[in-house]
Amino acid sequence: METPIAMLEISDLACARGDHRLFSGMSFSLSAGELLQVEGVNGSGKTSLLRTLCGFMIPEAGVVRWRGEDIRERREEYHAEMIYLGHLNAIKDELNALENLHINAGLAGYALDDKQAIAALRRMGLRGRETLPVKVLSQGQRRRVALARLLVGNAPLWILDEPLTALDVSAVGLMQELIGEHLANNGMVIYTTHQPLEVAGVVTRRLSLS
Amino acid sequence: MTMLGAGNKLSPLGLLSLVIRRDLVLAMRRRADVLTTLVFFVMVVSLFPLGVGPELDMLRKMAPGVVWVAALLASMLSLGRLFSADYLDGTLEQILLAPQSLSLLVLGKILAHWMVSGLPLVLIAPVLGLQFDMSAQALWVLIAALLLGTPILSMIGAVGAALTLGLRGGGVLVSLLVLPLCIPVLIFGAGAVEAVSTGMSVVSHLSLLGAMLLLALVFTPWVTAQALRISME
Repeated sequence: METPIAMLEISDLACARGDHRLFSGMSFSLSAGELLQVEGVNGSGKTSLLRTLCGFMIPEAGVVRWRGEDIRERREEYHAEMIYLGHLNAIKDELNALENLHINAGLAGYALDDKQAIAALRRMGLRGRETLPVKVLSQGQRRRVALARLLVGNAPLWILDEPLTALDVSAVGLMQELIGEHLANNGMVIYTTHQPLEVAGVVTRRLSLS
Repeated sequence: MTMLGAGNKLSPLGLLSLVIRRDLVLAMRRRADVLTTLVFFVMVVSLFPLGVGPELDMLRKMAPGVVWVAALLASMLSLGRLFSADYLDGTLEQILLAPQSLSLLVLGKILAHWMVSGLPLVLIAPVLGLQFDMSAQALWVLIAALLLGTPILSMIGAVGAALTLGLRGGGVLVSLLVLPLCIPVLIFGAGAVEAVSTGMSVVSHLSLLGAMLLLALVFTPWVTAQALRISME
């Protein structure tokens, strides 16, 4: 078997929040089909690490490289190939699930037709809720609307910050399924979670922050 | 790479129109926000004839200044909404991650903001001008000056709004930051209407406003984009 080519490379990364040093000297790489779970207690810098990988936060030291290029220099190319889902759902209360998905896909660079959007929402278990204003949906259903975005893009890198928050057992199962399919398609996933997430047939790599 | 198939690639112009349409739809569903700006503008302008009294000469003289100052204050009022909702619900993160130029997306947001908070002022200003006994000619110049000037207010305001994003008391701070920068717009905007009342040519005033609009159009989206990146860190 040939050695996999590292798509995402992190070398000697250091991150601080104010004067507080969160971590330093962190290096790892991720290649196609790999699943990486970032572990650590509250406040250990999991979200900061993910935000640095997105390019929101400028690291104190070190670089993040995607396909060998510094992500800060190739911002648009990198952003076209990644999806970030943070603590905030990025959905609007005033819009319905369908409109929200259209906009989120648009921001990620895709023009959806209604059929694709409805299919994605149904897969997320939102059948019959497609045209309800999001403000009448529950927290878990809102999260599902946000997660539907994963289905309509073809970005190889998913960066998920606590994707399972507010999800019920069946939705957690669905997420495991989606991550499994994504990895089988040579995708990559980096995520944080406090709930166990096992994907069949995939070895989860773990990165501990202390 | 996915089971459903991704949508088609969106062109930069497609994205621009998507952002504008989104913000207009959101504004229509939160109509109260839009109306407060407009009502504020109408109230402030209408208070002057009531307070000063029915001396037509004086009213005619002060009309351009009053309308412009009220427009300036009304546009400050709506600036807080430009980015804060997107910031709070996480949409701004996704905007920053869009695989397109951030300046373009910011331009879309500014244009939508102007259509919602600047354009209504332009449209209602002639009606308010009648309270000040402005001549038809002066009213036309007022409309032209506001059409050129209010987008500049939105663009300069966007820079301030992006810089103060997420700060406590950002609303007052943004006014303090932005109002001094808007003084040239006020001077030439009100000056154009005064010029026509005194029989002088308005071309120079309007050309200067046009030049400021072009400058703002080129630079402010980029500056705003940089300010947003700093605010999101």
